[in-house]
Amino acid sequence: MNRSRQQRHWVAFSTLVTREVRRFFRIWPQTILPPAITMTLYFIIFGNLIGSRIGEMGGFSYMEYIVPGIIMMSVINNAYSNVASSFFSAKFQNHIEELIVSPIPNYLILAGYVAGGTARGLCVGVIVTLVSLFFTHLPIEHIFITISMVILSAVLFAIGGFINAVYARSFDEIAIIPTFILTPLTYLGGVFYSISLLPDFWQNVSMLNPILYMVNAFRFGMLGVSDIPVVFAFGIILLFIAALTAYALYLLNKGTGLRN
Amino acid sequence: MKALSINNLSKTYRNGLQALKQVSLDVKQGDFFALLGPNGAGKSTTIGVITSLITKTSGTVKVFDTDLDDDPETAKGYIGLVPQEFNFNGFEQVKHILITQAGYYGMPAAEAEPRADELLKQLGLWEKRHTPSRSLSGGMKRRLMIARALVHNPKLLILDEPTAGVDIELRRSMWVFLRQINAAGTTIILTTHYLEEAESLCRNIAIIDKGEIIENTDMKSLLNRLDKEAFVLDLKYPLMDNVNLDGLAYERIDDTTIEIEISRGESLNSVFELLSNHGVEIVSMKNKVNRLEELFLNLVETSEQSA
Repeated sequence: MNRSRQQRHWVAFSTLVTREVRRFFRIWPQTILPPAITMTLYFIIFGNLIGSRIGEMGGFSYMEYIVPGIIMMSVINNAYSNVASSFFSAKFQNHIEELIVSPIPNYLILAGYVAGGTARGLCVGVIVTLVSLFFTHLPIEHIFITISMVILSAVLFAIGGFINAVYARSFDEIAIIPTFILTPLTYLGGVFYSISLLPDFWQNVSMLNPILYMVNAFRFGMLGVSDIPVVFAFGIILLFIAALTAYALYLLNKGTGLRN
Repeated sequence: MKALSINNLSKTYRNGLQALKQVSLDVKQGDFFALLGPNGAGKSTTIGVITSLITKTSGTVKVFDTDLDDDPETAKGYIGLVPQEFNFNGFEQVKHILITQAGYYGMPAAEAEPRADELLKQLGLWEKRHTPSRSLSGGMKRRLMIARALVHNPKLLILDEPTAGVDIELRRSMWVFLRQINAAGTTIILTTHYLEEAESLCRNIAIIDKGEIIENTDMKSLLNRLDKEAFVLDLKYPLMDNVNLDGLAYERIDDTTIEIEISRGESLNSVFELLSNHGVEIVSMKNKVNRLEELFLNLVETSEQSA
């Protein structure tokens, strides 16, 4: 049957997304369960046990204050690691060749993997949000900002995971960035504290951390408080998404790590 | 129309290895074409470039008159590839692999599903359709790769050593299947180390060595170049020592087996007559070696000597 190019592209894209979603649901004990358990522990230890001694932060109980950051942390970690591990596995098992020989344009390959990573990030985000409701009340002040920020953050880190996987030559190399860059940036990105608690110098240093903008904008959406201007946060994230998308497409078109 | 047209294709790898040197090749629509060559000759590089797995250094590739550089989507859509190595996701179920592959070519699941079912039945994988592909036997994995390559109804099927490591029974059944799809109109390009396979299946042939095409002709013309042919004869009774077979080039293999060599154009009747006159009864006869194998070795040796 003859189909238009757009129809073929849509089928190819939805096939790739379906495969990615099916993959992370198939291995849910590795992909969905661990972040749910880890984040529950954060709520119990930091929120309940330690948080009750810390008192208020930004006008909210400590538990309420850290929930948006913890949700965001789980979203970006999972969006990143889903694409990094899935794309690298495809390279490792050589089934990336299925895509390379097929007529799917490179931008759709990128879009498919990023959509898959975003789906896992959001899925885990929803689970962590539901878990958090056992511990605290969760207001949502600005629904549009909350949803758009979590989606954009997931997209940004999914693209980051893709670039990591393109360069990676071993499974160790897809663990290096999350361990040595992503985790420190997340912990220093205002998940557990307001940067107003830091000395001026470290406040300025923190402003270089892109995760700070995501956490704060997301927190603004839920609680209505933020350490940075939210519009600025959206601008930064959109800029990063545009730059990383262009770079990922450049790598794909060049065949880096994929073609001889 | 040409199913494939390659012009002045060159590939030099980063380490300086010149894998292809100005290779030009045409394959007609509907052909069953063999691309042969020793290990490292450039067969897989050629296939890699045609299927976009390898970036060429220079030259052009056209698939059904569509330039791979100008319109890669259309050109790639014509091709189905059965690679040399298993390259599917071992954790995915057999049927999912086919439906996913069809989707990459723009075929929706509602259309891909009956097509996948049809291929799974034809290739004897129906019972395994819900099995993760890593659990399949080697032969089944080979058949799965053929099914995957065919699921989007390609006009050009490229098979890179599809029967490597496959037992004889399965190999023969794959030959039957490939003949059927070729008869139905699919152009097939085959690389193989089993020259008997190429001789049995293919109508046209190219031989590549050290990145250059050293022969490109039809199978019949190539085989006609053989000037001598050897046969092995099984005898009913042991050949007596005093039998005089002057005029016949022969070698005794054991008491009841001899090998004879006859020139091209020489009648076998005269050989049988001579043997019959000496009371030698023949039970059976077969070619000593595959004819194409002999020619192949001659061509490659000549190419090496002239290099």
